[in-house]
Order: sequence, then C-alpha cells, then structure tokens
Amino acid sequence: MSVEKKYTESALVRFLRATEVDTRLLGMIGALILIWLGFHLYGHFVNGYGAFLTPRNLWNLSVQTSSIAVMATGMVLVIVTRHIDLSVGSLLGFSAMIMGVMQVWILPKFLGLGHPMIWPITVVVGIAFGALIGAFQGVLIAYLNIPAFIVTLGGLLIWRGASYLVARGETIAPVDQTFALIGGGPYGTIGATGSWILGIIVCLVIVLLLFNGRRQRKKFGFTTRPMWAELLIGGVGSALVIGAVMVMNAYPWPKGIVKKYAAANNIEIPDGGIFISHGFAFPILIALAVGVAMTFLATRTRFGRYVFAIGGNPEAAELAGINTKKMTMLIFSLMGALTGIAAVIASARLKSATLALGQFDELYVIAAAVIGGTSFAGGIGTIYGAILGALVMQSLQSGMVLIGFDSAIQQMVVGCVLVIAVFLDNLYRRNSV
Amino acid sequence: MNTQATEQQNTHAATPLVEMKDISISFGGVHAVDNASCDLYPGEVVGLLGHNGAGKSTLIKILSGAYTRDSGTIFVDGKKATIDNPRHAKDLGIETIYQTLALADNVDAAANLYLGREILTRWGTLDDAAMEAETRKVMNRLNPNFTRFKDPVKQLSGGQRQSVAIARAIHFNARILIMDEPTAALGPAETEQVGQLIHQLKNDGIGIFLISHDIHDVFDLADRVVVMKNGAVVGSAKTTDVTKDEVLGMIILGKCPAGATPGPGASTD
Ligand SMILES: Nc1ncnc2c1ncn2[C@@H]1O[C@H](COP(=O)(O)OP(=O)(O)O)[C@@H](O)[C@H]1O
Ligand SMILES: [Mg+2]
Repeated sequence: MSVEKKYTESALVRFLRATEVDTRLLGMIGALILIWLGFHLYGHFVNGYGAFLTPRNLWNLSVQTSSIAVMATGMVLVIVTRHIDLSVGSLLGFSAMIMGVMQVWILPKFLGLGHPMIWPITVVVGIAFGALIGAFQGVLIAYLNIPAFIVTLGGLLIWRGASYLVARGETIAPVDQTFALIGGGPYGTIGATGSWILGIIVCLVIVLLLFNGRRQRKKFGFTTRPMWAELLIGGVGSALVIGAVMVMNAYPWPKGIVKKYAAANNIEIPDGGIFISHGFAFPILIALAVGVAMTFLATRTRFGRYVFAIGGNPEAAELAGINTKKMTMLIFSLMGALTGIAAVIASARLKSATLALGQFDELYVIAAAVIGGTSFAGGIGTIYGAILGALVMQSLQSGMVLIGFDSAIQQMVVGCVLVIAVFLDNLYRRNSV
Repeated sequence: MNTQATEQQNTHAATPLVEMKDISISFGGVHAVDNASCDLYPGEVVGLLGHNGAGKSTLIKILSGAYTRDSGTIFVDGKKATIDNPRHAKDLGIETIYQTLALADNVDAAANLYLGREILTRWGTLDDAAMEAETRKVMNRLNPNFTRFKDPVKQLSGGQRQSVAIARAIHFNARILIMDEPTAALGPAETEQVGQLIHQLKNDGIGIFLISHDIHDVFDLADRVVVMKNGAVVGSAKTTDVTKDEVLGMIILGKCPAGATPGPGASTD
C-alpha cells in the first residue's frame, strides 16, 4: 500500500517537473472546480435545479469577476512591495461618480446628448483621475513615510465621503449609451463569430508562445520540456479556450431583446425563434487585456523586476540604485489607474453611478490577490494567480446567491475562506522551500 | 613592479581616487563615525580595520551613498562629490559589496547581478536569457562550482550568495571597490580566490577599500591600513612600515606606533 502510494506520488512529481506546471496553479484550479461542482450539485439536489454550471450563470460570473480582477492585478504589485491599498473600493466609487458627473451633467451641455466623444472623454478622465489620486496617496506613503495602511484607510473614508459630496447624495444616471456597452449586457459583447475569432487567435498565441519559449531555451542551451509535455500544455490550454468560447456562445439573447433587434433590423423571426449568442462580454475582454498587460509589466519589464526586488529586500533594492520612493509612488498610481478602469466597468454595468458602488471591493480585491498566492511577507505573487483568485471569490459569492444563502452567511463564508486560504498558503510555502 | 607603481602614486601625491575628509554621522546620539578621514589611490588596497561596532561599515556606507553624512566632504578624483544616494555613487564608479550582501532574496543570481542595470532587448523588455548567459560567464570565473542559476538566491549557501554579491560589484567596471567583510561566509579555497581577484583588480588600477575586523584577512593584501575605534580613526600606516602586532595594538588599544600617521582617535597617553 505504502509502496504503491510512493510510486504514484513520484509519478505525479515527475509529471509536474516535466510540464513545469505550478502546483499552486493546479491547486487553485482544483479549488475552482470543487466550488463550481459543489454549488451546482447543491442546487441540483437541494433546490431541484443546478443553476451554477449553466451558460447563463457562467457568462454572468465572467462579467461580475471583471472589475475585481482588474483591481486585483494591481493589488498584487502593491502587496508584493509590502504595502496595502484599502482605498480601492471607495476610489472606485469616487471615480465612477466623477465619470457620472462628466457624462451626465457636464459633457452633454457642451457636446450635446449622445455625442460620440462623450464616452471616450469620460473613460480617459475616469482612469486619469484614479491614477492621480493613486499617485497622491503614493506620494504620502513614499515621501512622507506615512504607512500605506494609514494613508489608504484614510482614503477609504475620504473618497467615499467625497463622492457623496460631488453627487450631492444622488445616484447619477443614466450613463451615455455607448459607455454602457463597456459594462456588458446583450449588446456589449462580441457575439458568436467574434468570440470564435478571438478564441482561435488566443489558441494560436498559446502555440506561438510555447514554440518561442522552446526556441529561446535551445538557443542558450538550457533544458527544454519533453515534447509530450509541450503538446499537453498546448492541448489543454487550447481546449480551455475553445470550451470558454462554446460556453459563452451557448448563452442566447433573451427573447425580448431578440424581438427588438429583429424589429429594428427588419428580420422576420421564425417559429423556433432566433438563437443569437452573447459571446464574450466587453468587461471580460478588458479584464483579460489588463491581465496580459500586467503580466507583461510584472515579468518582462524593468518596472516589474524592481517591484519584486523591492518586495524581496527593500534595502537591497535601494542600495542597488533603484529609486524605491518613485517606484512606490508609481505602483500606487498604477493601482489608482486600474481602479479607474474597474470603475468604468462597474458603473457601465449598472448604467449609473451609485453611492455604494465599490463598497467592500477592497476586501474582495485583497482576498483575490492573497488567495492567488500573493504573500504579505513581500516579494511573491503572480498576476494570473490574482485573476484566478478573483474568479474564486466571485464564484463563491454568486454561488451562494444562486443557492439562496442570505448575505449574513455569505459574508461569514467569504471571511472564513480568506483566513483558511492564507493558512493553506503558509503550509504550502513551508513545505515547498 | 606593481607595488612600485603604487609607491610612486603615493609618494608623488597623485590625485587620490577618493578622499573622505572629516566625515561624521550619528544615529540618535550615537557617534557612529566621528570626524573620520581617509583616502585611496588608484591600484591601491586600503585595509579598513577595527572591532565590531568601530564604525567601518557606516563610514563606507557614506561613500556608497547608503547613508547621508551629517558633516564632512568627499572628493572623487580631486573634485568635490555629491553622494546623496547609491545611484550617485555608482555613477562615480563606486561599487560596493555590503556586509549584509544586500541581495534581493526572492530573485535569481542573474536578476541580482543586473539589478538596476538590466540588459534589455531591442524592444525594451528584460533580456533574461542574455543576463543569465553573462552571469554564467562571470560566476564561472569567480566560483566554478556555482550551478544554481535558476534558484532564488535565498536558497543558496552563504558562500554562494557572497559570490553573487562579489560578482555584481566587479562586473560593471568599478574604479573604486568597497568590500565589507567580503570573505566572511567563504571557505579557505574561495577566500584564496577572492585574494587573487583583489590582486588582479589592483593590477587593473582599481582602488579597493577592504574592510575587516580581522587583521589576518587584510594585512597581506593591503598596501595601507586605516584603523578605526569608537567611530574615530586611530591612524593609518603603510603595511611595510608597521608590524601586525603594532596594528593589533592600534585596533585594541587605539595606540598609534611610530610608523603610523595618527588620527583624531589615537589614544594620547
Ligand atoms: N542605521 C543605524 N542606526 C543606528 N545605529 C547604527 C546604524 N548603523 C550603525 N549604527 C551604530 O553605529 C556603530 C558602528 O557600526 P558599524 O559601522 O556597523 O560598525 P562596524 O562595521 O565597524 O562593525 C555601532 O554602534 C552601530 O550600532
Ligand atoms: Mg561592519
């Protein structure tokens, strides 16, 4: 028995070594599958209907995850450099409010209602505003040596209050129609064909990256993965992408929208109705683009290298000639800009800027980063981990809503999951080093 | 031949590479360095000696830009130098191996070697492959047994980490090299290798501050010693003009022998 166990273990270890797959990544995917199956089966057996693993729910999940995921990528860099940002939820609300005021109160006056430049100006203003406030907080942290915890705790209160003042306590709606598309919804998607095209492009990129990586390693005489491992990784990666495309395309537009669309375009609806797919929604595309850009920044650029070096040993980074104060300011500014992007997504989805927008988001964002393997000790964290972490958090949240847990229980579960995740993370690190 | 060259430079008062004059710094009332002066000529090895806590590391950290002095002046190539942060020092060709090594533990040897001076591809991204290839070359010369290029340096042994720190300091054409207890974690063979390295660098005309609390590490390698005690300079002497025992007396008692030039920290009795 024990011999057998040893044998299977070593096979697994060999497999992991050959594929160079991160065990943490596997763990997170495993947790995600458990959560998804758990909620689905719970619904199936207890409520008589498994609602989780349906195209509709998974599509919604992808949209809901986006704004947290966007911010979580920035929180990784913040936590890697041993800081924290508690202000992101309030800053999201404030940015959304500024954008609301911009596109509802100010721009229509000068440009006219529905002018095509309203949404781009609004988006740029919102993101720049986030970056500016982030930079301001960063200056206080880096140059005045006020701990990030305090500065951003202040920010949490200040920006929430400020958005209340700006909006005079009102909800600002409705947002510009084009702007609203950024939030998803039936029209805010790339449709079936677009999703297939995107999916195929992503598959090609995966193959290209694997191929290029192999060539680079060969060029410098480093060891390469065995061919079967390359094929397996490429195959599984592509299968996941194609699967995602099929799921997103399996969620049709609601009948009412189809009818309106058909009427507007003079299409006759046949007896069985028309099946118009959603496909990938804009928010998820934005989140993926941000994920790719942030991964690039974190792993392929000087900036990213400095972030991790500062996290590993701030004094050494400074002695190596890195301007750590400036870096800190830039990191918080980047966090602010990402919060601005998240604010675009969140307020576009709601088609309004409400006073409570983004409330408690900081907790979800921090939880996503930490569940994704970002360590509070500094120097360790990945962007993809944080995005998966955001998906885990949002899966828990929407799963509990779906099966009808009330919000008190939801909060308690999320809290427990966070603490347990960090505990497991500690165990994992102790065993791996 | 080389010692002759050094001799010449010293006696004929060529401009020193570095001159630190009347440097003081205190930390909350502790005078870590008190009115200390010393200089360094091209191709010269100056041993900076003293007990633990004498102020050696603090003094050279002022030269390397890690600390900003409270008072005093630094001249590099005879010109007054502003060294307010490590970047300034590096721009002047001052490289440092810190006693703590100052490595980013979570990244690999190549990332540490090139930290702050990364090789970039023509698209402005990190060229990790090139940096690793270069690192393999440097480390091969310095410590041929070193093979763990992919591991974060926190997983390396003390000696391996020290090799990385040394490699980093010598790789970028330093003119002035500061080595703060560079062999503390090394075995005899590696220490010997560092000794050879110092000879070689000296021949290239690099000026070296070699810091140690142990006279045996320094005496045979150094052209001159500067001894510190309680933050002040006891005195300085050419190693040809004093014996090891006399230098020990300087370190322990603060007593300046006849062959040495006394400093403000020399005991007066
Ligand atoms: N950053 C610091 N803060 C407070 N005290 C310091 C600091 N750095 C050094 N000191 C003090 O300065 C004195 C000299 O230390 P140091 O230069 O490290 O000695 P050495 O390198 O000769 O062993 C010691 O008393 C030490 O405690
Ligand atoms: Mg010291």
